[in-house]
Amino acid sequence: MKISINGKMQSFDKEVLTFETLIKEINLEGRRFAIERNGEIIPKSQFNKYTLNDGDKLEIIGAVGGG
Amino acid sequence: MDKNENQSELFDIAGQTFNSRLLVGTGKYKDFKETKSAIDESGAEIVTVAIRRVNIGQDKNQPSLIDYLPPKDYTYLPNTAGCYTADDSVRTLRLARELLDGHKLVKLEVLGDSETLYPNVVETLNAAKILVKDGFDVMVYTSDDPIMAKQLEDVGCCAIMPLASLIGSGMGILNPWNLEIIIDRLSVPVIVDAGVGTASDASIAMELGCDGVLMNTAIAAAKNPILMARAMKKSIEAGREAFLAGRMSKKLYQASPSSPTKGIIE
Repeated sequence: MKISINGKMQSFDKEVLTFETLIKEINLEGRRFAIERNGEIIPKSQFNKYTLNDGDKLEIIGAVGGG
Repeated sequence: MDKNENQSELFDIAGQTFNSRLLVGTGKYKDFKETKSAIDESGAEIVTVAIRRVNIGQDKNQPSLIDYLPPKDYTYLPNTAGCYTADDSVRTLRLARELLDGHKLVKLEVLGDSETLYPNVVETLNAAKILVKDGFDVMVYTSDDPIMAKQLEDVGCCAIMPLASLIGSGMGILNPWNLEIIIDRLSVPVIVDAGVGTASDASIAMELGCDGVLMNTAIAAAKNPILMARAMKKSIEAGREAFLAGRMSKKLYQASPSSPTKGIIE
């Protein structure tokens, strides 16, 4: 399936993909971030339950220096 | 010392108390080490952060801002820098709340123009209404318009943060009269946000009666940020004490000698 992550299309060779698995695949495990899918926030507590759909658009954000 | 003489009187925002009236940004530093050193030297307890896309594919052992400034040691103030609409800023702060485990204290800023970074107060007011209703404690960046400041207070913002001059300009306090009107008319804390260039600017803001000052570039863009951070800490304290002490009245044409006029040698 194809998923847009932070504006970049990525392909995943899986039929069922949970957010938990995705996070491991894109090497974000252990980092601090929040995810929005198609405009809706996915709570951390649901990462192992929610699955991704082909064509999902994700925004994955973190905190950076700013004023 | 009674309360009015005690420089470390506490400062209250949305039910949380703080010792330092200096709030600082975390942007524009050389590296995270310098960011942390400058913040620690400034004594600031509240630090603003921006919300941005994470770098996918980056080595996960590479340090991040959060590693240097653990949220348990500082009060994070996620901002909406770069947002131009109410919708974008609300979206950003909802993500920030999820990122920071339900954290409610936020800095709302909705820009109107990429050149001046002047706030769009209409979008700001709309966003503030939504955020307050959604349970956020909203500290809001705005122009130095007293009417708008009052309206932002009326919709439930917990601190009003008028600019002293344009963001990152270092032009100092350009309209002390407007700031005084805002301070006089509002009951929530008034914090000057943006425009401070050097220590005296921060002192002037505090002498006017501001509850605090938020700055980033004045420290980060100084030749020696650590030293400037220390200067800012002192200037905030000095300005606050001068305000509490109550300055003497200005007498344009009435000189008054400090030494006795009696007993002068003839």
